[in-house]
Amino acid sequence: MMTRGKKWTFYILLMISAVVMFFPTFYAFMVSFMSSEEVMAGKLFPSELTLRNYQDAFDKLPLLHYLMNSFIVSISVTIGQLIVSSLAAYAFVFIQFKGRNALFFLFISTMMIPWEATMIPNFMTIQQFGWINRYFGLTIPFFAMAFGTFLLRQHFKTIPKELQEASQIAGLSRFQFFYKVVLPVSKTSLVTLGAYGFLTTWNMYLWPLLVTNNESVRTVQIGLKQLQAEEIATDWGVVMAGVIVVVIPTLVLLFAGQKQLQKGLTQGAIK
Amino acid sequence: MNGQPVPQKTTTPMANVNPSGFWKRSKNFRVAMLYLFPSFLLFSVFVFYPMMKTVYLSFFLTDYEGFPSLFVGLENYAYIFQSESFRKSIIATFIFVLITVPFGVLLALFLALLANEKLKGIGFFRTIFASNMGMSVAASSVIWLFLFHPSIGAFNQFLATFHLPQVEWLLDPSWAIISVSITTIWMNTGFAFLIILGGLQNIDEYLYENANIEGAGYWYQLKRITLPMLSPTMFFIITVSLINAFQTFGQVDILTQGGPAESTNLIVYSIYREAFINYQFGPASAQSVVLFLCILVVTILQFKFGEKKVHYQ
Repeated sequence: MMTRGKKWTFYILLMISAVVMFFPTFYAFMVSFMSSEEVMAGKLFPSELTLRNYQDAFDKLPLLHYLMNSFIVSISVTIGQLIVSSLAAYAFVFIQFKGRNALFFLFISTMMIPWEATMIPNFMTIQQFGWINRYFGLTIPFFAMAFGTFLLRQHFKTIPKELQEASQIAGLSRFQFFYKVVLPVSKTSLVTLGAYGFLTTWNMYLWPLLVTNNESVRTVQIGLKQLQAEEIATDWGVVMAGVIVVVIPTLVLLFAGQKQLQKGLTQGAIK
Repeated sequence: MNGQPVPQKTTTPMANVNPSGFWKRSKNFRVAMLYLFPSFLLFSVFVFYPMMKTVYLSFFLTDYEGFPSLFVGLENYAYIFQSESFRKSIIATFIFVLITVPFGVLLALFLALLANEKLKGIGFFRTIFASNMGMSVAASSVIWLFLFHPSIGAFNQFLATFHLPQVEWLLDPSWAIISVSITTIWMNTGFAFLIILGGLQNIDEYLYENANIEGAGYWYQLKRITLPMLSPTMFFIITVSLINAFQTFGQVDILTQGGPAESTNLIVYSIYREAFINYQFGPASAQSVVLFLCILVVTILQFKFGEKKVHYQ
């Protein structure tokens, strides 16, 4: 049991940390309601809660279109990653074949190659495929994922082998066993990986900057840079409204799935 | 791999028991390849091929579209290591890594230790600490750009209230790298926090119960139980943070564009500029190879020296 003094020490430290850590986000939210005069005056709270800045942000940029693009790209990558990684993880766990360990090592070795070190040839490849300013260029390169395969493999390994035998006796084919048994029982890992994939794709910055040069498939992160470059001198309120719009989907996802995400990611990291 | 007969383990339920014929015996291998094919295809096109191509390009001069035009051997490497700009970039990158990794990991550990206590309303604090994970690089950088603003930014206003001298957060070369590092630490804490908290919650409750019965204090328990049991998690998060730090791009692009006086020209930003602004794909590829080697060396050193100190359950 905790003594009273110790409890209070913890609460005070927690409060201070929370204020420090959350201040930037909180302040950005406040500024998103302020007029430029209020921002210049260095106020901490807006005098009125008006959505004018948000309206301006949507007027000045095709923000809705960018949001749509980001949704399409993030959801495609999430689904693609889940399919490709779960297929690979299934082979590594449930099929006995020669060279399995060597191949798995090859998979893991891709984690050592930073995406940024290969971006020049990748950019050229995308150009050759004619995928600049296409959803393909933003999604397909990210479908294969060593981390995801690794995470799912860890989970698939916990599925009892008896289940495989039973399903064989029941007359299920290998593929039926995969999607009727393995996938449903691994739902939690799949959700974790999906949330993680969505978050990282939504927040991607360098690659969309390279492979989009017009509005057609540009993602909301690049839109934010655009907004910041255009509005910086004049209106911080509008820029912060843009920031809030961009972070809301991922924050909602995070608040909803934080426990799940933490459990799933730690499992993959440590075991 | 296909040339050898594949020995079958009869214990595998789905193994093909009939040993006659190579075709039948290699069935498992072929089926496995079917499942692995999508990953292999994508890894080949977007990871292995471009890595080799990067090494290849680093030996050439290229035209502005990136097609190799003249073989120059190691001259691109000689060129980048002689260039003042790249040397600055390497130094900036190492300073950045040395600031962000230790402070970032320690901050996350501190927050996770606080948030692991069984207190009322702890869920709220956990959510707050994890929330940075949902903040994108672009959004975080824009927020911090505002906080660092010379006149209306919160930091300088804060200093002004206490009549302290103003700081040129992003305009002073020696401050700029620190400002970019602070932004990065703030951005990365969410993920590190979640991982470390997960690690803490995996520690067997039983160990603490025993220690409590024996009357061991908080610091003693922290030193003797928590930190040793947490070492695999810390090892993981340090490795990930190191690799992430080398890959930093977005905050530099939005906060400083590599300036002032190239003091924040981190290696990925340097590669980006060399390749996509100056169209010098040869030297840019040589820089990419250096980046790859940095990450490789760090990972190997980590595993060689870090692994020994890690206590596995």
